[in-house]
Amino acid sequence: MTDPEPRPDTSRTGPLNQIHVDGGASFTDFAGWQMPVSYGSDLAEHHAVRTTAGIFDISHMAEILVDGPDAGAFLDYALAGKLSAISIAQAKYSLLLNPEGGIIDDLVVYRLTDDTFFVVANAGNRYAAAEALTQRADGFDVRVSDLSDSYSLIAVQGPNSREIAKATAGITDVTVPLDDLKYYWSTDAVFDDDKPLLIGRTGYTGEDGFEFYIQTDAAASLWAALTAAGEAYGLVPAGLASRDTLRLEAGMPLYGHELGIDSFPVQAGLGRVVSLKKEGDFVGRAAVEAGPPHGSHVLVGLTTEGKRAGRAGYSVVTDDGNRVGTVTSGALSPTLGYPVAMAYVDPFVLENGTPIFIDVRGNRIAASVVDLPFYKRDKK
Amino acid sequence: MSDQTSLQYTAEHEWVLVEGDTATVGITAYAADKLGDVVFVELPKAGSVVSGGTVVGEIESTKSVGELFAPVDGTILEANAAVDADPSLVNSDPFGEGWLIKVNYTALPTLLSFDEYSALIAE
Repeated sequence: MTDPEPRPDTSRTGPLNQIHVDGGASFTDFAGWQMPVSYGSDLAEHHAVRTTAGIFDISHMAEILVDGPDAGAFLDYALAGKLSAISIAQAKYSLLLNPEGGIIDDLVVYRLTDDTFFVVANAGNRYAAAEALTQRADGFDVRVSDLSDSYSLIAVQGPNSREIAKATAGITDVTVPLDDLKYYWSTDAVFDDDKPLLIGRTGYTGEDGFEFYIQTDAAASLWAALTAAGEAYGLVPAGLASRDTLRLEAGMPLYGHELGIDSFPVQAGLGRVVSLKKEGDFVGRAAVEAGPPHGSHVLVGLTTEGKRAGRAGYSVVTDDGNRVGTVTSGALSPTLGYPVAMAYVDPFVLENGTPIFIDVRGNRIAASVVDLPFYKRDKK
Repeated sequence: MSDQTSLQYTAEHEWVLVEGDTATVGITAYAADKLGDVVFVELPKAGSVVSGGTVVGEIESTKSVGELFAPVDGTILEANAAVDADPSLVNSDPFGEGWLIKVNYTALPTLLSFDEYSALIAE
């Protein structure tokens, strides 16, 4: 068990800050961190990830290590999925629920050994996730350690990402060759002779890609090595603005937009992430089994014509002006060329096929309900 | 590209070039940078009457929406069709090809000088 970290009350800069400043990045405050928004053109960065590759600094993500003989059983109790069932080196997307069935955080869990799991949480939920896990560890032979300050995370995403990762100088001792690494699996490696490196074939863009977990003091040299290898493959640094439009096109939820403490997994289309078949209790089970109140809004994909995007917070209305939902994320899709949005909408309206509109600053724009994701890459 | 030192400015990050009774209006490079890549502009039609300080159009980037204010009272002479067709001109040449509207003005308020505007965005 760990003591909670002191909470920084000022905006933090990550280990790669100077590189971003030198790269001409503009910055925004994200969950208390100064993070690059873009390095000039968020659209160019977006297109690079879809066609060549982009490199993202996501050092602000939280890393929580869970280890001990009961680690698997503990995570089965603490999280919504059956983490004890994943293999060593496998990764799984999961949810941390509260007893009322609300979502404290969405996370990715990597199994490192039989008894060791690496839990990656959102920056903004670091303390909530670490606290919930620590509290739930009571009675299990397990240790929960918030290692967020010791680890940095760099993502390389895009069709050329595998070639870039293979060509990167200083990455050695890759246990599973990257050509053989499957989606949502990971491999151990070494960087710079002696720095342990975890490489996951994971990401948040809808493209093939890799995420590199490295000790914070080696993050800058790994970024430099990846960037140098990427030069021949069209790799560009990419900021949070393009990360957001990429994940939106890929239909991936963002905590605070599509997910929150007041939304049930099933409303967000994440019912499959909750394993009701697993034996034993888990936090939130009774609430999930009871389900959200009848008529709770459900998350859908919407597309509209023209160029004006529905944006987070805009109302979804019927022809007679009744508000029947709310947009959670939206943008003019850079890849598709038309506006896309995710929204929570009244299920009865959806069932009846009632025409719906997004109220774009007073203009009612007809919306079509479509299956998510909006964009799916061609798998070669 | 217009000489930025000879332009006048507003606190809403617009620039104004006054030539005779015509004011050409655009947004500053500072504003364009803050918006990010502009993907859509909605500009007033030629002939519409505008009053200074009111919203007459919108400038949308992938991540946000900016409002275009009329800096002067007057009648719209022309909206930039090139920007309508290629909104990225607002980013690539905000003080030149990326101009937004030309207004035949009836009254010209006190605007900011280059030095005053530079001081404003340095705050």
